[in-house]
Amino acid sequence: MLVRFFMMLREAGVPVSLGEYLALLEALKARVAGTSVEDFYVLARTVLVKDERHYDRYDRVFAEHFRGLEAAFTGPDATALPEEWLRKLAELTLGPEERAKIEAMGGLEKLMEALRERLREQEGRHQGGNRWIGTAGRSPFGAYGYNPEGVRIGQDASRQRSAVKVWDRREFRNLDDTLELGTRNIKLALRRLRRFAREGAAEELDLGGTIDATARNAGWLDLKLVPERHNAIKVLLFLDVGGSMDDHVRVCEELFTAARSEFKHLEYYYFHNFVYETVWKDNHRRHAERIPLVEVMRTYGPDYRLVFVGDATMGPYEILQAGGSIEHWNEEPGSAWLERLRQAYPRHAWLNPEPEERWEYVPSIGVCRRLLEGRMYPLTLAGIDRATRALNAR
Amino acid sequence: MSNPRFTGTERYVATGDLTMAVNAAVTLGRPLLIKGEPGTGKTQLAEEIARSLARPLYEWHVKSTTKAQQGLYEYDAVSRLRDSQLGDERVREIANYIVKGRLWEAFECDEQPVLLIDEIDKADIEFPNDLLRELDRMEFYVYETQQLVRARHRPIIVITSNNEKELPDAFLRRCFFHYIRFPDAATMEQIVAVHFPGLKQELLKEALEAFYRLRDVPGLKKKPSTSELLDWLKLLLAEDIPPEALRAADGKAVIPPLYGALLKNEQDVHLFEQLLFMNRRAGR
Ligand SMILES: Nc1ncnc2c1ncn2[C@@H]1O[C@H](COP(=O)(O)OP(=O)(O)O)[C@@H](O)[C@H]1O
Ligand SMILES: [Mg+2]
Repeated sequence: MLVRFFMMLREAGVPVSLGEYLALLEALKARVAGTSVEDFYVLARTVLVKDERHYDRYDRVFAEHFRGLEAAFTGPDATALPEEWLRKLAELTLGPEERAKIEAMGGLEKLMEALRERLREQEGRHQGGNRWIGTAGRSPFGAYGYNPEGVRIGQDASRQRSAVKVWDRREFRNLDDTLELGTRNIKLALRRLRRFAREGAAEELDLGGTIDATARNAGWLDLKLVPERHNAIKVLLFLDVGGSMDDHVRVCEELFTAARSEFKHLEYYYFHNFVYETVWKDNHRRHAERIPLVEVMRTYGPDYRLVFVGDATMGPYEILQAGGSIEHWNEEPGSAWLERLRQAYPRHAWLNPEPEERWEYVPSIGVCRRLLEGRMYPLTLAGIDRATRALNAR
Repeated sequence: MSNPRFTGTERYVATGDLTMAVNAAVTLGRPLLIKGEPGTGKTQLAEEIARSLARPLYEWHVKSTTKAQQGLYEYDAVSRLRDSQLGDERVREIANYIVKGRLWEAFECDEQPVLLIDEIDKADIEFPNDLLRELDRMEFYVYETQQLVRARHRPIIVITSNNEKELPDAFLRRCFFHYIRFPDAATMEQIVAVHFPGLKQELLKEALEAFYRLRDVPGLKKKPSTSELLDWLKLLLAEDIPPEALRAADGKAVIPPLYGALLKNEQDVHLFEQLLFMNRRAGR
C-alpha cells in the first residue's frame, strides 16, 4: 500500500527516490510518529518531500490515496489508526501466505464484504482501535495493500467529517511552481538569468588563489584564474505590447530590469505583434517616437544577444505580407525584418508566454518558429534555461 | 525510544509538525533542512534544539564566499610561507598551520552536539555537494597531516536555507525537510507571548489584526515578518501606544503608528497609503 502511495507521488511529480522510501519505513519502525493519520501525514512529508513547492502535490496525492481508508475510521475515534495497521502500512506487499489466507476466505471480495459488515456493527459503538485487527494479529487492512483499487470502505457513508484535514486544506497551493512565469517564481527566473550573465564572463587572475597555490608549491609560481567578476553580456530586449501580452510583458520587464545590474548593457524596444521597419522605446509615445530598426542595428553590434518576448499569435499575413501590419502600411513583410535582425544578431531567442502545447495549433506561431529555425522557447523557468543556453551557444 | 524528545521551549514556539520533523531527524540521524520566510525562527531552532536536549551547539554561518573545505579545516599556507622566510621553527610542523573548521570541532565533541549550518543557500552552488561525503560518512581526511578525522558522535545537523539557490538533488535526498509556514494568528499569539509575557490582550488583538492586514496588502516588496512584528510591539510598548490608536474611531483600518518598524520600504508605505485612501473613498 505504501508502495502505491510512493508511485502515486512520483507520478504526481514529487521526485521521491527509493532511499527516501526506505527511510520512511525506517522511521515508521522507529516509531518516530504517533499512530494517527495526521502524524503519518507529517512524518511521510518530512521524509519524502524536499521542496515546499511539492507540498501541494503531496497533499493531493495523500488525500486521494488515504481518503477511503480514513473514511473507514471516521467513527467516534476517527483519527486514531490502530498501530498494527501502521505497521502493515510499512510492509511492501503481502506475503504469499497471507494471500493464500485471503483466497481461503473466499477471495478479496468476500473479505471486504466481511469488513463492511464489521464496520456496520461497530458504528456508534466505541471500540478500541485494535478490535479492527483480525484474529491472530492479522489485519484485514493488509488486504487493502494487496489490492488497493479494490475497495473504498465507508466512503459513501454520509457521516459528517469532523474537520477538514490538513491535506484537504491545500495550504501550500501557492508554493507550487506552476508553469507560467509570474511574480512568484520570478526570483528563480532571475537566478537563471544571472547564471546566464556570468557564463559569458572571461577569466581573470585570482590573486589570492595564486598566492595560496604558489605557497603550497613551495614558492614556485602557480597561476590561478577565475571567471571575471563584472559581466560581459549585452542584451537587446524586444517586447510585444499587443493587448493580450501586457501582463507577460510586465513580468518580463520586471525580470530583466531586476537582472539589469548583471548585464553589461540592457536595452529595451517595443513592437506590436511583429517586428517591422520601426520599433519604439517609450510605449506611451509609440506613435510619436518611432525608431528605425536599421538604426538599432547600426547602434548595437553583433555581440548583443537579442531576446524577443511575444505570443506570436496573429494572422500569418501579418508576418508574411507587405502591408500585413494591422497598424500601418509596411512596405516590406515582417519576415524580412526578422531575417535582418537574425543576421545582425546571430545569438537570439524568442520567449513565448503561450503554453508550448498550444503552439502547433496556431499557424502564425508555426510560421514564426520556422523563420527562427526553432529558437522559440516557452516563458517558463525551463524555457528560460533553454533560451539562455541557445543564447550562449557559439 | 530512549532518545530525548525535542519539544518547544519557554523561549520558542514549535508547532506539532516542526517537532515531529526534528524528532524524526534526531532519531534517524539525518540532517534536517529547514526553509521558510526570513524571520520564521529557522536559526533559533537549532539553538533551541541544543537547549532542550542539553547538547552543545556549533554554529557555522555560511556566506557567499564560504567553501565547504572551511568547515573541515584550512591550511594556512601563507603564514607558513611567511614563517619560512623569517626562519621560524614552527614551520617544520605542518600541523601548526592547520586551522580547524566548525565541522571538525563538532566531530571532536565528547557528547553528541547540535551543528547548525546556517543559510546554506548563500554559498556557491557546489557547496552542499562538497559536503556529501562528510555528512554520509561522518569523517574526512586531512591530507597535509595524513590524519583521518572521524565524528565521535554523529552530530544532530540542522541546515537552514532562504531559498536563494536551488539545492542539489543528491544533497536533498539525504536530508529530512521541513518548511516553516508563516505562523497563523494563533501561533503568532503564542510567539508574542513568549517575547512579551504580560502583553495586554486588547493591544495584542489590535496589533495582530493590523499586522496581518498589512501582510495581506497585495504587491508588497517585503512583507513584515515575525521579527518585525516583535520590534514593532516593543516600540508600541515603549511609546505606550493605546490599542485604540491602531484603529480609527469608525473602526476602519488606519496606517498603524510607528509603521516604520513594519514597512521598511518607501514604495511599500506608499502603496499601503494609496490602498487605504481608495478604500475610504469607496466608503468601506
Ligand atoms: N516560533 C518562534 N518562537 C519564538 N520566537 C520566534 C519564533 N519564530 C521567530 N521568532 C523570533 O523571530 C526572530 C527571528 O528568528 P530567526 O531564527 O532569526 O529567523 P530566521 O532564521 O528564520 O530568519 C527571533 O528574534 C525569534 O526570537
Ligand atoms: Mg536565520
